[in-house]
Amino acid sequence: MIRFAWRQFRVQAAVAVGALLVIAVVLAITGPYLVSVYDASVATCRANRGSSATCMNGVANTYHFLQGALDALVLVVPALIGIFWGAPLVAREFEAGTFRLAWTQSVTRSRWLATKFGVIGLSSMAIAGLLSLMITWWNSPVDSVNANRFSPATFALRGLVPIGYAAFALAFGVTAGLLIRRTLPAMVATLVGFVFVRIGTTYWVRPHLFAPMHEASAITSSSVVGYGSTGTIFFGSGPSTVQLAAPNIPNAWIYSTQIVDGAGHVAGPQLVSSICPFLGHGGPGGRGGGAGHTEAPASAVQGLQECGARLGTKFHELLTYQPASRYWAFQWSELAIFLAVALIVFCYCVWRVRRRPA
Amino acid sequence: MTAVLDTEGLTKRYGRRSALSDCTLSIPSGHVVGLVGPNGAGKTTLLHLAVGLLQPTSGTIEVLGSRPAESPAQLGRVGFVAQETPTYEALSVADHLNFGAWLNPSFDAEMAGRRIDELGLDLRQKAGHLSGGQRAQLALTLAIAKRPELLILDEPVAGLDPLARRAFLQYLMESVAEHELSVILSSHLVADLERVCDYLVVLVASHVQVVGEVEGLLASHYRLSGPRRDPSSLPSSQEVIESSHTERQSTMLVRIESPILDPAWTVEEVSLEDLVLAYMGRASDAGRVQRRSGRAFR
Repeated sequence: MIRFAWRQFRVQAAVAVGALLVIAVVLAITGPYLVSVYDASVATCRANRGSSATCMNGVANTYHFLQGALDALVLVVPALIGIFWGAPLVAREFEAGTFRLAWTQSVTRSRWLATKFGVIGLSSMAIAGLLSLMITWWNSPVDSVNANRFSPATFALRGLVPIGYAAFALAFGVTAGLLIRRTLPAMVATLVGFVFVRIGTTYWVRPHLFAPMHEASAITSSSVVGYGSTGTIFFGSGPSTVQLAAPNIPNAWIYSTQIVDGAGHVAGPQLVSSICPFLGHGGPGGRGGGAGHTEAPASAVQGLQECGARLGTKFHELLTYQPASRYWAFQWSELAIFLAVALIVFCYCVWRVRRRPA
Repeated sequence: MTAVLDTEGLTKRYGRRSALSDCTLSIPSGHVVGLVGPNGAGKTTLLHLAVGLLQPTSGTIEVLGSRPAESPAQLGRVGFVAQETPTYEALSVADHLNFGAWLNPSFDAEMAGRRIDELGLDLRQKAGHLSGGQRAQLALTLAIAKRPELLILDEPVAGLDPLARRAFLQYLMESVAEHELSVILSSHLVADLERVCDYLVVLVASHVQVVGEVEGLLASHYRLSGPRRDPSSLPSSQEVIESSHTERQSTMLVRIESPILDPAWTVEEVSLEDLVLAYMGRASDAGRVQRRSGRAFR
């Protein structure tokens, strides 16, 4: 059965391996130059004693298009595996009627499905893993400069997690094909389902994998750097309040910086504006527009400093974050979760095909 | 000897629609069984239940003494050629022979290769480019080369032209003689099966109408014609399957257990086709009555 599963999968596997080779060649040609740009930038920064924040910009600007394209590739490959390898695996057999041929040979349906699943699943994981390995290696100078490895746009596209996504997407696709029995709708369902699960994991699961760490620090006149509101496109923006300086911890995942009193109560926007009533009224403080960075007028800067000093008498700053050292723990945990879910879904499919054939 | 097919109250329902109702059958081995019925009668449902592609809603089914598809060994004992003889379009004839060999431990690759040779099929040809007749022959070759004890074919000749039909049935009968297979094949046309079957099952509107060896059926069914007469006045040993009446004359197809003694009747033998049509007609009349009374769903 393995031989036949492999025979049916041969062409797709060859296409995938061919694509991987092409990418490997591109990365092998461009990678060393990216490293040399990085080394030169580090040298420039050292020469300038880090006085210029833009000394590393060269790295981000090198192969800018390729950086984006490669990230997009790692992003979509698991989805493509689910859509083009997973969804048709059973649905095509239903549509063409060939399940009547396949399931009446001397191999039980459950073994037939388990074998095909196994062959394609392991191949998918290998392909996603190799792709991620190559791109993680190629991007290491870029990621090192950005120092933000927990960012959703980086974390999910490097290291181990793409392997888990590929396995899960395949299992999801097979299940959709098995339940919907038609290839095209199953493909659409796979895409929608996979996108939903990935977004859901990023925003609702990953932040809760490990309890974040807390760190308290004093608020000084230099702590407050702005006034305004923040939010995400999902939840809208909250009321305006003071914004504290971003803590400078490379590669850490900052959940929040809060203004907290001695008893641990968070000072809300209303309390803050009662302490600093002069903020947010008139003046172009922080209103730089999107076009560029303009220096805030001296009066506004003074106001922020004044506010920081006032807040510092009663409050301190509480930082909630995941330290950079937990990066691999997060990677392994998310990989384990996706592989476990893929395995459960796989078992369901095998059980289902045994119990309810057609 | 165990029955090749043994069912007890076998029923398959899809929602409220019955595809097969309360089917109780026991077919002895060593026969070529024709399963006849109009389209939608439940033939495919019965055959799919027999190869384990469907699970019964209620009742039991045993094929060669075991539950269908319960184990690789059981799967290996039953060959199946599905309706429209599906094959993998993108795979070549040679790939299909490998498929058979890889998925069936008992596969007779040499015999299959020889057969493909005789058919004049190109091993490199993609199955998607074969004609309907060639595809059917390929599917039959695969099913026979796995050396089953029972071969089940679902409407194998429905899509074939007369020449391909003859070649297909000829190969089937040769294989039956050579390997001592039991065969169950279905068709909505009696004419397709008349030459090859020695056992008959008539299935109409999800119910089994008549079962038996062809010889026995022909020996127990006669067409009677004579002066007009009410069918219900016949002796109880004569079951009227079909009757038609003119003003003065009655013609009836009856099933009898004892010889006909009434000298008023002219007794004629019936053909298999007449017999099957009579049972189909009776069943669909009954169906119509049921529909009118609103009990039958379909």
